[in-house]
Amino acid sequence: MARYILQRLGYMVLTLFLIATFSFFLMKMLPGSPLSAEQKVSEAQREIILDKYGLNDPVPVQYVRYIGNLMQGDLGVSFQLKNQPVTDILLSRIPISAQLGLYALLIGTVLGMLLGLIAAIRNNSWVDYSANIISVIGISIPSFIFAGLMQYYVGVKLGLLPIAFWGTWQQAIMPTIALAIFPMAIGARFMRTEMIEVLGSDFIVTARAKGLNNTGILFKHGLRNALIPLVTVMGPMAVSLMTGTLVIEQIFSIPGIGEQFVQSVMRDDFSIIMGTTLFFAFFFVLIILIVDILYGIIDPRIRLAGGKD
Amino acid sequence: MRKSNWLLLVLALLLSTFLVACSGGDDSAEEETEGTDTEEGTDTEETEEEPADEEAAPEQVLNILESAQIPTMDSSHATDAVAFQFLGESMEGLYRLDENASPIPGIADGEPEISEDGITWTIQLRDDAVWSNGDAVTANDFVFAWRRAVDPDTGSEYGPFMMNGVLKNAEAINNGEADVEDLGVEATSDTELVITLEKPIPYFYGLLTFGTFLPLNESFVTEQGEDYALSSENLVFNGPFLLEDWNPTGDNPDQWKLTKNPDYWDAETVTLETINVSVVKETSTAVNLYETDETDRAGLSAEYVEQYAGTEDFRSLPEPTLFYLKMNQDNEALANQDIRKAIAMAIGKQDLVDVILANGSVVSNGAVPANFSAHPETGEDFRDINGDLLVEDVEAAKEHWATGLEAIGTDTVELEYLGGDSEVAQEMDAYIKNQLETNLEGLTVNVTSVPFEERIARDEASDYDIQNSGWGPDYLDPNTWLEMWTSTSPYMTMNYNNEEFDSLIEKANNELLTEPVERFETQLEAEKVMMEDAAIAPIYQRSRAYLWRPGVEGVVFNPMGADFSYKWAHIE
Repeated sequence: MARYILQRLGYMVLTLFLIATFSFFLMKMLPGSPLSAEQKVSEAQREIILDKYGLNDPVPVQYVRYIGNLMQGDLGVSFQLKNQPVTDILLSRIPISAQLGLYALLIGTVLGMLLGLIAAIRNNSWVDYSANIISVIGISIPSFIFAGLMQYYVGVKLGLLPIAFWGTWQQAIMPTIALAIFPMAIGARFMRTEMIEVLGSDFIVTARAKGLNNTGILFKHGLRNALIPLVTVMGPMAVSLMTGTLVIEQIFSIPGIGEQFVQSVMRDDFSIIMGTTLFFAFFFVLIILIVDILYGIIDPRIRLAGGKD
Repeated sequence: MRKSNWLLLVLALLLSTFLVACSGGDDSAEEETEGTDTEEGTDTEETEEEPADEEAAPEQVLNILESAQIPTMDSSHATDAVAFQFLGESMEGLYRLDENASPIPGIADGEPEISEDGITWTIQLRDDAVWSNGDAVTANDFVFAWRRAVDPDTGSEYGPFMMNGVLKNAEAINNGEADVEDLGVEATSDTELVITLEKPIPYFYGLLTFGTFLPLNESFVTEQGEDYALSSENLVFNGPFLLEDWNPTGDNPDQWKLTKNPDYWDAETVTLETINVSVVKETSTAVNLYETDETDRAGLSAEYVEQYAGTEDFRSLPEPTLFYLKMNQDNEALANQDIRKAIAMAIGKQDLVDVILANGSVVSNGAVPANFSAHPETGEDFRDINGDLLVEDVEAAKEHWATGLEAIGTDTVELEYLGGDSEVAQEMDAYIKNQLETNLEGLTVNVTSVPFEERIARDEASDYDIQNSGWGPDYLDPNTWLEMWTSTSPYMTMNYNNEEFDSLIEKANNELLTEPVERFETQLEAEKVMMEDAAIAPIYQRSRAYLWRPGVEGVVFNPMGADFSYKWAHIE
């Protein structure tokens, strides 16, 4: 197991390096420069500024310099937020996105699993149908619609919750619900399908025949097996939730990373784009690793590396 | 039986989660209005509690929203509206624009003393102005700041843009051909500043109010080095307000505030105690915050204008920003004057501003906006004197079109149209395409919508037939709108070349510099020449629609630099 993880970590570094290289050259192919008054600054002035920041050097030279700095953990400074270190910007914004994403993921998954579980147990009853309707709605209506409606009715009309901003737990409620609806719906659908299948399989029948009680069968044998596909979808979903969701952050004016990222792309703010991309990539690779490890814990048949370690 | 009990339990659990969430909501509303949340800057209490004690003076707290973060508070590096806004509130330059957009003394003690040739400006400074760290604001602070702005090592964008060709030697210094010490600004004493210009720039007085010309406290800036202006902790102020809690890499990068500066030289004029600022990008969120009294100002997009127009909260503020079509004369058809005129006259501009923009923007029929510059003697507005030069007139457009097509010997023309990729820009471009194709038979317009960066790149490469473009002024003089269309201007990009126009502008910017009346009249003449050529097709002058809390009075709207001045603002 330890060797496997070590090996995976090695691949992870390689993956990150490739991503860094790939995005670096892609970025350099974008038109424009990170200057903010590009329309007005004359070409001669622009050259002076680009020279100062080494942006007129040949791309391979810039690449070597960037990777060199990266090795030392230096992500450079932002153009858009003049001179602000990229590391500091990421450190101030990522925790906020991650916190929001984590709340949404936990609440969404737990509620989704419960919903799916009930639907599976009460297969083809009104409970099942309503759970189904809820998840279809959750999947098909985009989160910003929920966010906008909630903000207007709960925030403005009823005055129950703060309309925007971040800092208190009250301010976290609406964005969390808006974000949690999608994972909840997905979770419910996967859980229901898997659970119905698992509950119909031979080993459950055996368990019943052995006289185990319903709760025991459900949780000890059913749930565990039904979790596998859920873990597969939840991994990538965790990444997309925790790396900042542009729309929700924008609607609730949450100072997260999603919004900053989009802004940086529009403004050609090279160092922030690279820093954020690398962080996202790192996070994604890490989650995939965690998912793989989780498989083994949930289902002993899928022991990693052939189960020899 | 057991099974259904279990189910009930789960349901009860589920229900209780929702109940907890709801009751949590109740608490939150309570806490919000008790006002324990100053650190998040979402104070909701001040304006809405007014009715309780109408006799007492209202709290002088203003809550506003910005659509973006402050990119920098370093005046040498500031380039955008938000940066200039907060520099304008927290810093004081030599002069400040008043409500009539005329410069009035700030750190300067009275009007500048200008030599006969208009080259040397001697300005006395008040001796009671201080920085927030206690240092006196001296003439050297200006010398240091201006040298820093043109120093190529600083890498400033607006420094050279605003100062080259204006301050003596600025361009040479920026190109590395002269030392920063050679810049045409000198502190002859702590309170006397002598400025030497490259030539007698008539609009220099107005320029002195601009953010790039703000002073910098040399010892503080030098001591901070790379850290200068990274957060409000790394700044010193000398303006009406102090910037607080601003930290783009802190816990709350999107909220900050301005508080009254007790050490400001004119502190007794300042009434507002606090201005709370939050970044909100979504218009619907801003409107919701306005509806719940959490902000006193919200910018409106077109879809909200209809809903609020006519209410006492609604205000439409005209801006001196023009939008027009650039027509590239590299294209054989567009090289023909009749074709250009036909295009300029065929667009239903009135419907465009009324229906698509719907924010109070007005039709533009010239190259210089309305309410921007006045005749030095009569005070009449530039736009009023020259009037409508290129108006929408479909019949005339059709005639020009027919004449033009005949001249180039074809009956179909296909043009590439370059536009922005924002929602409004795409709607507008679709409308203009439709207008042109409907009114001008045989014309095909292919619209390409690209992001701003890409549009600028194509603009510079003259890679377009028609381009929907816009411009904001850089100083208070019609020249900021006219010089850009001369054949040597880097901003022109559309291969327009009229010697008469060039020579008029040349004249206005050289021998007539010290003759304000003749110069103004030459500029009027120049505009007529280029409009007769239909060098560009003017479309509209932008306005911005806002919700402003009634009772917020005395906010000054500036045509350039900071959009607003809160120095004289108060809450009634």
